[in-house]
Amino acid sequence: MSTLNKTVKRIHPKKFALWMGIVGMIMFFSAFTSAYIVRKASANWYNFPLPNEFFYSTIAILGSSLAFYLSKKAYLRADAKTFKGLYFLGFLLGFAFIGLQYAGWESLQAVGIDLVANQSSSFLYLITAAHVLHVMGGVVALVVLAVGLIRGRFDVPTPKRTLKIDLTFTYWHFVDILWLYLLVFFLIQQ
Amino acid sequence: MADINITEKELHAPQGGDGHGHGHDDHHHGDKYQSSFIDRYLFSMDHKTIAKQFLITGMFWAVIGAAMSVIFRLQLGFPDADLSWLQPLLGGWIDVDPASGKGTLSPDFYYALVTMHGTIIVFFVLTAGLSGTFSNLLIPLQIGARDMASPLMNMLSYWFFFLAGVIMFISLFLNTGPFSGGWVAYPPLSALPQASDGSKAGMTLWLLALVFFVVSTLLGGINYISTILNMRTKGMTMFRMPLTIWAFLLTAVLGLLSFPVVTSGFFMLMMDRMLGTSFFLDEIYVAGEALTDRVGGNAILYQHLFWFLGHPEVYIIVLPAMGLVSEVLSVHARKPIFGYKAMVFSILGIGVLSFLVWAHHMYVSGLNPFISNIFVLFTLIIAVPSAVKVFNWIATVWGGNMRYNSASLFSIGFVSLFISGGLTGIFLGNATIDMQQHDTYFVVAHFHTVMGVAAFFGMFSGIYHWFPTMFGRYMNETLGQIHYWGTLITAYAVFGPMHYQGMAGIPRRYYSFDTFQAFNQFDTMNQVITIAAIIAFFLQILFIINFFYSIYRGRKQTEQNPWGGTTLEWTVPINPGHGNWDGPIPEVHRWPYDISRYEDREFVMQNEPLAEGEVDGGH
Ligand code: HEM
Ligand SMILES: [Cu+2]
Repeated sequence: MSTLNKTVKRIHPKKFALWMGIVGMIMFFSAFTSAYIVRKASANWYNFPLPNEFFYSTIAILGSSLAFYLSKKAYLRADAKTFKGLYFLGFLLGFAFIGLQYAGWESLQAVGIDLVANQSSSFLYLITAAHVLHVMGGVVALVVLAVGLIRGRFDVPTPKRTLKIDLTFTYWHFVDILWLYLLVFFLIQQ
Repeated sequence: MADINITEKELHAPQGGDGHGHGHDDHHHGDKYQSSFIDRYLFSMDHKTIAKQFLITGMFWAVIGAAMSVIFRLQLGFPDADLSWLQPLLGGWIDVDPASGKGTLSPDFYYALVTMHGTIIVFFVLTAGLSGTFSNLLIPLQIGARDMASPLMNMLSYWFFFLAGVIMFISLFLNTGPFSGGWVAYPPLSALPQASDGSKAGMTLWLLALVFFVVSTLLGGINYISTILNMRTKGMTMFRMPLTIWAFLLTAVLGLLSFPVVTSGFFMLMMDRMLGTSFFLDEIYVAGEALTDRVGGNAILYQHLFWFLGHPEVYIIVLPAMGLVSEVLSVHARKPIFGYKAMVFSILGIGVLSFLVWAHHMYVSGLNPFISNIFVLFTLIIAVPSAVKVFNWIATVWGGNMRYNSASLFSIGFVSLFISGGLTGIFLGNATIDMQQHDTYFVVAHFHTVMGVAAFFGMFSGIYHWFPTMFGRYMNETLGQIHYWGTLITAYAVFGPMHYQGMAGIPRRYYSFDTFQAFNQFDTMNQVITIAAIIAFFLQILFIINFFYSIYRGRKQTEQNPWGGTTLEWTVPINPGHGNWDGPIPEVHRWPYDISRYEDREFVMQNEPLAEGEVDGGH
């Protein structure tokens, strides 16, 4: 057996793949924000304040990450009730984030800052929409997990279940941090 | 959980008696994914089958891409010829003069052909067909793994590639034709559907195909990295990995870091096309009319995003070929590779530097000359690791006991082409010279030699060498050598003269030169090039016949290790099943190049323990 033991991965291949995927996504968003900086350096660029909804949505997504973080602790204690409660809290906050981003776009449009108003607004919509698409990917993973949760499949921790939870939450924390980065980026650029 | 089944099953399975698994029933051959024809050949998750799928799909595209080049070469070499005989194939793309009945290639279609030729060969053949084939085939076999980290992702990677291909193929049959603005898809031609026929649905499908292609590359690449870093067999330290594996690793890393960037540019193009944004548009006139609502963008921005991928992409193409060549040369020269560690560090150096040179494609775009100089500097520095590799290949072959066969000849040809093409890169890398040479046939000659033909040579070398691993048979050697010498001569005949044409100022991507008196002197040269290109095309058909014939009728492989290789793929049985080794996975005890290093043994395989007190060769 000793021959084979070594082929057991040091880090689970799925986790590793997820991290690699995250590296790719970081490159994707870096490209957008670099393009933003380059374009902003030339003329005809209008500054406008970010809609308030973007700040509320920040609170929502930070809250959702926190809820998931705590829910995982509860899961590891085999405290199924707290786990589920916190999980659905996080889940709702995740949805709230998407809704608030949408509301943010609406209120921008209401004051005439639409997609084609100026390069600055085109970039804002582009980048925030690309981010929301990534969040939706996370929501799909959350729904899959929630189905198992409702059926009571996560009441007692096992390595396989922990892996599923870890993968989903790691991705979620990533889109959360990504949003923080984007928000700070927009604020600095104003 | 399907993807780690094999390893887990293996871990819990009882150990086979003699450790080689002859005769006792074994558990990984009939794993549950291989029960029916569909699972076995179509939706296979076996890395070896997926490798063959990539290879054969790549060959399909290579034929299409090459045939396109023959057609546009006809136009360039024989602009007055009657092409009406092509009408049954190309239909409306051949304009037939009603009076004389003479057919000529329509200019629009010429541009579409050039564009599709570039896109297809660069992405579908030399990226997916090359790295997809050999990373899949060799990574698990050479590092000692039963399959990829995620066979499922691996299979998806192939099917996304297939989907990308289907979309691109459909675009060839559109009324308005496929995209025709060049393989780099610069705006405004790519950003404004009204800019040209090819910019309409053709470009939409081009973007869609390429986005799926990126997904395929990322799925594959993530898997390769994950497999190489996490699934090496016991004793397979990083510095005991064959150079092929190092090359595949860096190829995948480059892809992971650069493809997402170009994808962001593609998304911005899509928005410009469909949602009315102007990321890449400013002060555009179409048919004499100003597009007053499309202002404020910057077309050069796209070029940056594109070449941030584009330059690493050329190394994504050439690195796997370099890896294959290193392995093939060492095995057939019966010598260890010269400077193993220097090779590894050059691969790493090329990997890092390839991200710092992209703007050498943009010297004439109005780049600040100071910035240009920085890119000149890095571009010239990247020639250093490239030269180190060339030196080491030559030193490997030098004084070796070379076996001249199709595999090793193609590797030698690769080195020759890489030198010839690399030298012209140094000219182009200097901004001052490039101002003159940019967008001429000099550039066409440069990159076809250093990348296009060279990477094909690396790929051919790999196919001849690992054909037994894939199909348990050999390809025909005589046909292989005809293929080699013919292709070498015709390739130089096609691309050699283009250097002169470029230096004389002939621009690339022109449909016709009849309004330029000065270029008339090249008419004969153009005819020679076209004839050489046609011969080259038929030589590749010969290769394809040899390939498919040999799959069924080739000489059967009887020895497990016919070339005297030292790496683990030669320890698997002939025609291995899913899981590769019947018994346990071999352990590795030494570096991969113990060839002709011992008095009493011609070579020693990686899985043989070191003798008492012996020092491992790589260190
Ligand atoms: C010795 C190192 C090399 C140097 C200094 C170099 C330099 C250059 C430069 C400056 C250009 C831009 C020319 C122009 O458009 O005016 C260029 C074009 C190109 N090079 Fe290289 N190159 C080198 C090696 C390579 C390698 C190894 C490959 C591929 C494997 C490659 C592939 C290409 C391609 C594809 C283009 C043209 C792209 C296009 O415009 O369509 N080069 N090279
Ligand atoms: Cu380049």
